[in-house]
Amino acid sequence: MRDQRMLDPTPSGLHHGEAPLLQTLGLTKRYGDFLANDAIDIGVWPRQIHALLGENGAGKSTLVKIIYGLIQPSEGEMRWWGEKMVLSGPSEARARGIGMVFQHFSLFDNLTVAENVALGLDGKESFKDMSARLREVSNLYGLPLDPKREVWRLSVGERQRIEIVRALMQNPKFLILDEPTAVLTPQEADQLFSVLERLKAEGRAILYISHKLEEVKRLCDTATILRGGKKIATSNPQAETAASLARMMVGTDIREVKAAAGRQTTVPRLVVNDLSLEPDDPHGVRLKQISLELKGGEILGIAGVAGNGQDELFAALSGERLAQNPGTIVIDGQAAGHLSITQRRKLGAAFVPEERLGHGTAPRMKLSENALLTGHATSGMVQHGFINTAATLATVDRATEAFDVRKAKRDPEAASLSGGNLQKFIVGREILRNPAVLVVSQPTWGVDAGAAAVIRQALLDLAAKGAAVLVTSQDLDELVEITDRIAVMFHGRLSEPLPTGDADRETLGLLMGGSTLERKDAAHAVGA
Amino acid sequence: MQLVLEKRAERSNTIALISPVIAIALTIVTMSILFAVLGKNPISALRVYFIDPLTDSYSLQELVVKATPLVMIAVGLSLCYLANAWNIGAEGQLLIGAVAGSWLAVKTQGTDAGQWVMPAMLLLGAVAGALYALIPAICKVRFGASEILTSLMLVYVAELFLDYLVRGPWRDPAGFNFPTTAEFDPVATVPVLIAGGRLHLGAIIALIVVAAATVLLGRTLKGFEIRVVGAAPRAARFGGFNSNQLILLTFAISGALAGLAGIIEVAGPVGHLQPGISPGYGFTAIIVAFLGRLNPIGILIAGLFLALTFIGGEQAQIAMKIPLDVTKVFQGILLFYVLACDSLILYRFRLIFASRQVPSGTG
Repeated sequence: MRDQRMLDPTPSGLHHGEAPLLQTLGLTKRYGDFLANDAIDIGVWPRQIHALLGENGAGKSTLVKIIYGLIQPSEGEMRWWGEKMVLSGPSEARARGIGMVFQHFSLFDNLTVAENVALGLDGKESFKDMSARLREVSNLYGLPLDPKREVWRLSVGERQRIEIVRALMQNPKFLILDEPTAVLTPQEADQLFSVLERLKAEGRAILYISHKLEEVKRLCDTATILRGGKKIATSNPQAETAASLARMMVGTDIREVKAAAGRQTTVPRLVVNDLSLEPDDPHGVRLKQISLELKGGEILGIAGVAGNGQDELFAALSGERLAQNPGTIVIDGQAAGHLSITQRRKLGAAFVPEERLGHGTAPRMKLSENALLTGHATSGMVQHGFINTAATLATVDRATEAFDVRKAKRDPEAASLSGGNLQKFIVGREILRNPAVLVVSQPTWGVDAGAAAVIRQALLDLAAKGAAVLVTSQDLDELVEITDRIAVMFHGRLSEPLPTGDADRETLGLLMGGSTLERKDAAHAVGA
Repeated sequence: MQLVLEKRAERSNTIALISPVIAIALTIVTMSILFAVLGKNPISALRVYFIDPLTDSYSLQELVVKATPLVMIAVGLSLCYLANAWNIGAEGQLLIGAVAGSWLAVKTQGTDAGQWVMPAMLLLGAVAGALYALIPAICKVRFGASEILTSLMLVYVAELFLDYLVRGPWRDPAGFNFPTTAEFDPVATVPVLIAGGRLHLGAIIALIVVAAATVLLGRTLKGFEIRVVGAAPRAARFGGFNSNQLILLTFAISGALAGLAGIIEVAGPVGHLQPGISPGYGFTAIIVAFLGRLNPIGILIAGLFLALTFIGGEQAQIAMKIPLDVTKVFQGILLFYVLACDSLILYRFRLIFASRQVPSGTG
């Protein structure tokens, strides 16, 4: 059955006889010995939303970068309306009618919306005409934007709108979107989907990159699955189940994460009392009256769209930024708001930041040195100021064994590990210290499904042993899977936590958009 | 066809070792062209620069004498640079160290003070150098002032202060109005190692400094802190290391070593305080630090090599009438090539043949 799908790139049979708008034939990209794309054939027709599904590192980004002219293929060719197409760069792709919305926005925070859009266009019309057209296009598609507003004032969802409108202003025939819903609330994602449906109805073709299966099943009419740089299949996602799509993406069945039955919660181990903190960066978020209580054995999730104060909260909890009042943060019964990160570690806290390279580890240093980075105060790695190399290497070996960290040699540089393996090392480094409190931010961001399952299981096991675990994540599915309660961050405030069983996506989505905080705001207003 | 720089997966240790050698080779090629343009025979110029100083015992001793301050200062600077703190003002710290130590020599002159004078002078020189280096460091930590500018500007302050002292209050009354102090007493001089030679105790101190820095960087937590703060500042903060504290510490150490080098120079080979006690050791040490890969052992080798250029430069001036400034040109070109070759540690060159990718395209 799969073989059949591979032979026929148009399973629905709708497009026979008509040349695809864009077709790739044997497209291959080689980096040294590594095949990022291995002979990939896809065809995309007008009025089609074509999903490109795959895990991180499957080759999705490489493929669309080739199609957008950003990188040159090593072999193979592309056809546009059936004719051979060679792109020397993105401007040539845009001239053909290919537009792209990147996952990581390329916007200047201190410039206005219109200025940012102007920088991305070829600049033949006057700034005034362009601004007027910007307003027109954004209203036409229900993507309202104020051209005069500075970007740093906008939410992540609004910033994405700029990128989409910028692409639409070039009237593309073919639009590429790279993981567009990663930064959106469920409601914002719904709005985006109706825009995409409309673009499809206008006769445009859309290539939609994602690893969220439900979304692809709902939105896309065709899906091409990539794994390890190879095309696995092209199929109709509506005819597949989420499980069958996942199996094609991952190659095996994913290990299911299991919580120990009847986890006991004990005394409060992490308490935050009315924490307010000014940001140290002018574009940062102010933390407003954050309170939470986390017992041993419990996992609390913090949901929310990126940039609503999660980074600032992490810095305050870890002690990278100190609070004015010692009592605002209490670790295992000790007031810790004024303590440095090292002192907090000595109280039994451990931290895993979102950025693996450059924050969680020094990228160009060895794993043993990165073990020392967070272990120097507590693990007997330092004696009278001298480093005990045997102890640091032993930590690397223990983390490697316990968390199945794959690496080329015993003690390589952190930067040489894949994202998933480095994350397993970082989580392992902290969990092996048996922390009383673990604060972890985006534990499985950009990590392959296998590693993600290992990490989630480790967090559950740690809680089962009596630790308090605080997980910040933008992946609602992850939070629902492992947490006991979920709170939502919005504009520097934290909502009341909801028991995970009661927290449906609708409610969480509303909280992520700030809607039902009105009631809580009113309550705070009395105090303020 | 296209030449691109491609990022390596892991830093290349081979290149890290041979990059200074490549840089020296490229510098020698460039210098040969320069000599040819100046109308000198490149082969004989290079021989005067690099071979002749190694052929007699006097020059060999002189090589070590010149390398001593370079190595001491460069080891201190390497700690700063590893911690991402840019001390450019070692020359000023050297001069202030020399002045502070000389103060004791001048005050005890002719009083038959004991053997304690010389060690006390060295201590004073080191402390003064450290304090002088802390000025830009504190301005950086407290007010965010660029330490590159402030440390550099303080060099000129130190130069003029020294100038004032030897032309005014400390001038040797029997010195025919030359701007210099009287010759220091024997108890205020650094002893020579070989009777009648120029090689002095400073060489031993320089070796101790190299050994201590090797241990500090390789084996201690403080050394690790210095390296992490420079390599990954955010990770260092996450590790609980205070970058401001490390800026102050590394500036103080490098200032102390520069001040020590200054007073050893005055109390050793020079024998009295005068302007021009250093032919720019504090600046040349920056090149030594980078040529030596910010590694103490590497710095020892690089210090000897750059000392060679000083001696070779003097001999080339005498033997071939090549201006002494050519030595500075040489040192500048060398620093340029060292930094350029360092990019090969993290990147490699690759030739890309466009014709193979796009069989019949526009390429």
